[in-house]
Amino acid sequence: MTEAAVRTRRRARRGGSHAWAHIVLGVGGFLMAFPFLWQIIMSLSTNAEVQSVVPTFWPAEIQWENYATVFERLPFLSQLRTSIVITIIRCIAQIALCTLAGYAFARMHFRGRALVLALVLSILMIPSQVYLISQYQIVQGFGWLNTIAGIVAPGLFSAFGTFLMRTAFLNLPTELEEAARLDGASPVRTFWSVMLPLALPSISVLAITSALWSWNELLWPLVISTYQEQMPLAAGLATLVSDKSNTNYPVIMAASMMAMAPILILFIVLQRRVIDGLAFSGLK
Amino acid sequence: MLPLLSGIALFYLWPILQTFYYSFTEWGVFGGSEWTGVDNYVRLVSDPQLYVALGNTLLYTGIVLLGIPIAVYLANLLNLPGLRFASLYRVLFFLPYVAMPTAIAMVWRIIFNGDFGIVNYLLSLVGIDGPYWVSSPGIAIVAVAIVGLWSSLGFSMIVLGAGLKSIAIEYYEAAELDGASRWRQFTSITVPLLSPSIFFVTIITVISSFQLFDLLYAILGSQNAVLPKSLSLVYLFYEAGFITNEKGYAAAIAMVIFVLIGLVTLLQFRLQKRWVSVD
Repeated sequence: MTEAAVRTRRRARRGGSHAWAHIVLGVGGFLMAFPFLWQIIMSLSTNAEVQSVVPTFWPAEIQWENYATVFERLPFLSQLRTSIVITIIRCIAQIALCTLAGYAFARMHFRGRALVLALVLSILMIPSQVYLISQYQIVQGFGWLNTIAGIVAPGLFSAFGTFLMRTAFLNLPTELEEAARLDGASPVRTFWSVMLPLALPSISVLAITSALWSWNELLWPLVISTYQEQMPLAAGLATLVSDKSNTNYPVIMAASMMAMAPILILFIVLQRRVIDGLAFSGLK
Repeated sequence: MLPLLSGIALFYLWPILQTFYYSFTEWGVFGGSEWTGVDNYVRLVSDPQLYVALGNTLLYTGIVLLGIPIAVYLANLLNLPGLRFASLYRVLFFLPYVAMPTAIAMVWRIIFNGDFGIVNYLLSLVGIDGPYWVSSPGIAIVAVAIVGLWSSLGFSMIVLGAGLKSIAIEYYEAAELDGASRWRQFTSITVPLLSPSIFFVTIITVISSFQLFDLLYAILGSQNAVLPKSLSLVYLFYEAGFITNEKGYAAAIAMVIFVLIGLVTLLQFRLQKRWVSVD
């Protein structure tokens, strides 16, 4: 077979298999998105429609007021506030602390560096349940149970973030720093104006992963806060279903839709970066 | 540097050591702990709940692992050269992974509802009388695992997709010349050359499945009557540590989870030599 013939054959086959790929991926993609679509539809239905045995695929009349009811039935605004506050604080803290520490691990030579690094990285291998009880004791000791400070505290520090930023700085050429030094820049200035801008892609990955993790986290806020008003949304929603009397499904659907919305919008806007970043964070 | 290290030391390194210590103690109701040696571990191995939790965790892990072959196939399709809408598909498959577990759990409860859920409606169309998914012992964990598979598929696909990009196109061209079918190319070139990525995804999936908590807690609800039959290892830990307040016992459970994850990971690295081909 000539090379041209192979090429034509391949092109023909590729066209055909692409149709197959679109069918498989299309059906798969629909299955992935279906629960979200279903959630939106349910959130706009009446409770009777949700509970009809033959599913109502589209509400007879769109019930926007389910979304308004969320604010009457739940401490939604205060939980939203908690979620936003803890997420922002953790993002800022992790960016500040992990970049500095990552830089130090990547570029500075000090005694015991290898040992300290090994200690920090060892945390990555250990399931979170191992430190949870003791973290609880510490937060309790500070008198921070049921406070935002208590929920935020352990998440300010991140071994994963340190590892991520260390890798980022290791991959930057040292020549740049040397050039800056020769131009008479101080170490602080070199870090701030030369290295930090170059590490921005990794910093954004760090920000996205810590935001996502902080927004969705359940177990820690659940043990630290016992009052519904102070919980972040993830824990608030989980305690909602434990209440058997709560069977207003459309309102629950509306609440969970609103709770997810910020992170889903962030994801759709920044999808490329989020996907690449999280693929990397799989190393965690 | 120093703030981070002191934070890490205070909130992570020290707690790890302390948990290890706690697992040998018993806690009084009014605080204070007493050294009891290996009592917690002795009690744990004779606790039937441990085996229920272990069984459920393994069942969950097994079902979620079924997603990996599916992810390999889908990632392969998604990686076809010149595929249109690839980024749309990527977003769709990844959406469940970024969604808040407790929020999506709400809709899955309705989807799996025994009386009016759409799963049972679809089953009834083909004449099957669907079970009460989230309130039947033995079945609830399967329902949770289906959600787990759904939510982790996109992540596996992305990691595998990155692995696929590193396979040289020449292999496929040579196979094409030999007249190998697409399926043959997939099984003889893609899968073996992708095995390091498949291995990596398997480890990550097992580690995260062993830590099942969020989905289980949110889908079943903490008042569910089937919980004693449906709990996971981490749920057992949560219950002992923060509901019945037996922190020493919970610490022992945490150590067991830690050791199990370590053993499974070690085992996988052993097995890796058998089936992972390094190019």
